[in-house]
Order: sequence, then structure tokens, then C-alpha cells
Amino acid sequence: MSSIPAGRIIRFALLSFGALMILAPYIFMISTAGKTQSDIFTSSLALIPQHFYFAENFAKAFAKVPMATLLWNGVIVCGLIFFFQVVVAIPCAYAMAKLKFRAARLMMVLVMLGLLVPIHATALPLYVAFDRMSLLNSYISLVAPFTISVFAIFMFLQFFRAMPDDLLHAARLDGMSELGIVARVIVPNAWPAVTAFAIFSVVAHWNDLYWPLIVVSKQAYATPPLGLMYFRAAEAGDDYGALMAATLIITLPLVAAFLLAQKRFVEGITMTGLKG
Amino acid sequence: MPSVALAGNIASAAARRARSEDRTAWLLAAPAIVLLLLFVLLPVAAVIFLGFTDFELGYGKFRFVGFENYAHLLNDRTFRRSLWNTSVYTAIVAPVSIVLGLGVALLIEGEGRARGFFRTVYFLPVASLIVAMATVWQYIFHPTIGPLNALLSLVGVPGPNWLGASNTVLYSLSIIGIWQSVGFNMVLFLAGLTAIPRELYAAAHVDGAKSALDRFFLVTWPMLGPTTLFVVTISITNAVKVFETVKMLTDGGPNKASEVLLFTIYQEGFVYLRVGYASAMTVVFLAILVVLMLLQYRVLDRRVHYT
Repeated sequence: MSSIPAGRIIRFALLSFGALMILAPYIFMISTAGKTQSDIFTSSLALIPQHFYFAENFAKAFAKVPMATLLWNGVIVCGLIFFFQVVVAIPCAYAMAKLKFRAARLMMVLVMLGLLVPIHATALPLYVAFDRMSLLNSYISLVAPFTISVFAIFMFLQFFRAMPDDLLHAARLDGMSELGIVARVIVPNAWPAVTAFAIFSVVAHWNDLYWPLIVVSKQAYATPPLGLMYFRAAEAGDDYGALMAATLIITLPLVAAFLLAQKRFVEGITMTGLKG
Repeated sequence: MPSVALAGNIASAAARRARSEDRTAWLLAAPAIVLLLLFVLLPVAAVIFLGFTDFELGYGKFRFVGFENYAHLLNDRTFRRSLWNTSVYTAIVAPVSIVLGLGVALLIEGEGRARGFFRTVYFLPVASLIVAMATVWQYIFHPTIGPLNALLSLVGVPGPNWLGASNTVLYSLSIIGIWQSVGFNMVLFLAGLTAIPRELYAAAHVDGAKSALDRFFLVTWPMLGPTTLFVVTISITNAVKVFETVKMLTDGGPNKASEVLLFTIYQEGFVYLRVGYASAMTVVFLAILVVLMLLQYRVLDRRVHYT
């Protein structure tokens, strides 16, 4: 009985079929990004382009979309958001987890309430306020509402609770201030939680369309999703070759990051267990 | 006497220390508290307040209208359509992506060498820009030059106008929604599966659960209870929040056939600038989220206890 059991073959076939369904859009994206307009109209099922048109389509995408600006805006916005979220959340979570903090219970209630409220629910008054302060079309309006992440507080809180107290006592005996403890004892030890949260935060904000769509109307501040939307609206026609090339370029950074650090990604998403 | 004084000293020193620790804690939490007030609590209060006014951006004055906005909502055909569409979309995407996510997780769990490969593939959509992938789906769904209809015509089936016809648009969007969330649910289920102690399966085997199906219902399913509850809530919440694909691909059309809750709020508030009315809609949206969370807690309290 050295033959492969039927169960294994069925399982492998099912998984492969599903994987093909998941991969199909990527395959068509890459293939279409290399096709000429006439190729696209005549042979949509041929995966290998008749005339390799990759260079031309990519050139068109780069000429019509300010790719560098978009990617740069994406990096700046996601970077700033992540930086503030961590700087604000870690001291707060530390105070709640490890200090005799009389308001800790109240804070916990606030955090649980905050977990419930997505940006879609606060967008209207925030928009009115940013409009009054003439802050629309700025990095401030893109970043500010996300500087507080109750989710980050919640996650770090659970992580810190599991940290041994001895470490802190030792640091205090050495004469460290509480802020010094946060910076030199807590943060280095919280690294796994920080990376997990980084992945969650960057994936969420790199992908977000709702809030940038509301506060940004100028290409100069457009994030990648918004820029792609402008491009599509401007190219209203069916130039799918260039569109797929642009799509490919904009999808690539995060997908590449994922492929390079997939273990961390999967851990991060499992640990945070949340998205969007 | 001296010993009493010493004890008093120690007690007051301890009290002083506790007080100073409390003060430090306030300082450390202060930025978070201020930002929480500014960007979460105040805006929520403002949305509830604005929902009772006829505030419009661009007009200086507004007045209280009581429950007029809400009364209007009841008869607003677009809003009712939007609630209905969101429910249909959620009723398709959430269950299908949960079942598929669990199925894939179970299959991958048993897989040997190719396990890592499959996990990467199924997870790929989670790491991809959904706005970008939506444009790819638009091409795939294209009625004349799209590969899907080309494939259908090979077997002699006339393909529908997927995103362009009011009777198929919601299903087409659901397909994209499922494609996007299966991998996410799979990863959560995989984490839940690895947490199940192996001995339980051995014990079930001894107890006579011979087939894989028996073991699934005896061990896997009950042990996955907390994970499943979590996946269910998060899938429903995410489906209720569908926006990107609608904004990118259909703009709520054709004929409002793909109007969904967040898209309607977006249109009212940020395109027509009727902030008061859109705020009332937002309150309904928040109420839905609150109900979902309360349901989760109820189930959590009653059923899922396996510690």
C-alpha cells in the first residue's frame, strides 16, 4: 500500500482549485498589463500577450499618474499615523497595566467604547471641523483622526499585563523615572506587539479610501487608493492595459512586503485579529 | 510610641507613593485621553447632536428639527434600499466567507509540504490594495472584453452584464467581497485550530469517533467556538462597512441597485453636504454596530465557555 491515499489527492485538488480562484485576478492583472489595446479587445483569455507591451503600458501609467507622489504620500501618512499611535498608546497602556491608576477602570470603559466607533461614524463632525479650520487637503487632516488608536491601547494593555513586575521593580531600584522605564524597559520588550500592530496599522491605512476621499481633493495629497481612483476617472475609456499597469505598481509595495515577511504578517493579523 | 510613629510614617509614605504613582499614570495617559476626547467621544456626541438639526455645510444657520430627520429616514426610498442592499450583501458575504474560510483552514491544517504555499496564496488578497484589485475585478467582469464572459461564451452561456445590470450587481460585488475575506477568516481559523490540544483527538478516537466527520463534530467544532464567534462578528461588521468596491465600481448604481449604507451616508454628507440628515443615518449605522456587539457579548456569556 504505497499509493497516495485518495483523500490526500482530493484535498490537494480542492486547495489548488481554490488557490487558482484567488490568484486569477493577479494573473489577469499581470497579463493585461502587458497587452496592446487590440490584444485586450480580441483575446481576453490568452494569458500571454501577443505583443509584449509591458514597457509602453508602464510608461503610460507613470506619465499619467504621479506614482512617486502617491507612494510617497502613502508612506508619509502611514508612517506618521503609526508613529503617533504607538507613542500615544504605549504610555497609556503601561499606566493602565502596571501603575496604581485610579482612572484605569474608566479608561477601560472608554477604550471598549472606542473600539466600537469606526472613522465612518466620526467623519461628519471631523470634516466640518477641518473645513472650518481650513485644514482640508493637508497631511494634518489625513493623519490627526488616527493618532489615537484605542485598539493599540487594548492590544498593548494585554501584552503588558503579561510582563513580569520584577523587571519594573529592578528598574525603579536603579532610579529610573517612569518615562525612562517606558522608553528603555517596556518598549524594547514590547517589540513583538509593536511589529504586529505595525502590520495591522499600515495595512489598514494604506488601503483606506473613505477618509482620504473626504478630506483630500487635490492630487498633491492623494494617497495610493485615491490616486488610482483619480486615474481611473480621468481615463474613463477602456485603456485597461495602462490601468492594470498602474494597478500593479500600486499593489506591489504591500504585496512585496507581505511576501518578504509573511510569517510576521500572518502573526500580526492573527494577534490583532482585526482589519479595516 | 516611637514604633507607632514609625508605622504612621510608613503608612503615610505609602500613601504618598500611591498618590505620586497615580499622578504619573495620569500624565502618561494624558495624551491618549485628550485625543480620545477630541477624535472619538466629542465627534460621536456631535453626530448625535447634528442628527437632530437641519445643518448643511455652506449655510451658516441651522435649527433643531427634533426627530424630523429620523421620520424622513423611514420614508426615504434610497435609504431603505440602501439598508436592504447592505443586508443582502452581508447575508451573502459573511456566511460564505466564514464557511469557505473554515473549509480552507481545515484542508490546509491537514496538508503537509504545500501548507505554507497555500496559506500565502489565500492570504494574498488581505495584503493587496482593495481599491486596486477592484479595478482588476471590473476588467474581469467587463461584459464584452472581460475574461469571465469570454470563458462563459466558450461553453455557450451568454454572460450577464455583471456590474452593469441591476439584478446582478449586488452578487458581483459579493463575489469580490468573498474573494477578499476568505483568507482573513482562514488565518483566524488556523490560529484557532492550532490551539486545540492533540490529545483531544486521540481521546475522541478511543471513544469511538472513527471518521473525520465524527471527530470534527466531537472535538474541532466545539473547541473552535470562541474563534468562530469572533470570526462571525468581525465578518458581519466588515460586510456592513462595505464601501470601497461600491465607490470604485458602481457609484451605487445602476438605478441604486448597489446603494449601501456607507455609500449613502457618504453621498448625503460629503457630496450633497446635508450634514444633519447624514448624521441621522450615521446614528442608525452606529446603532447597528452596537447591536452586533451586544449580540456577541450575549452569546459569549451564554454559550462559549471551554476554559
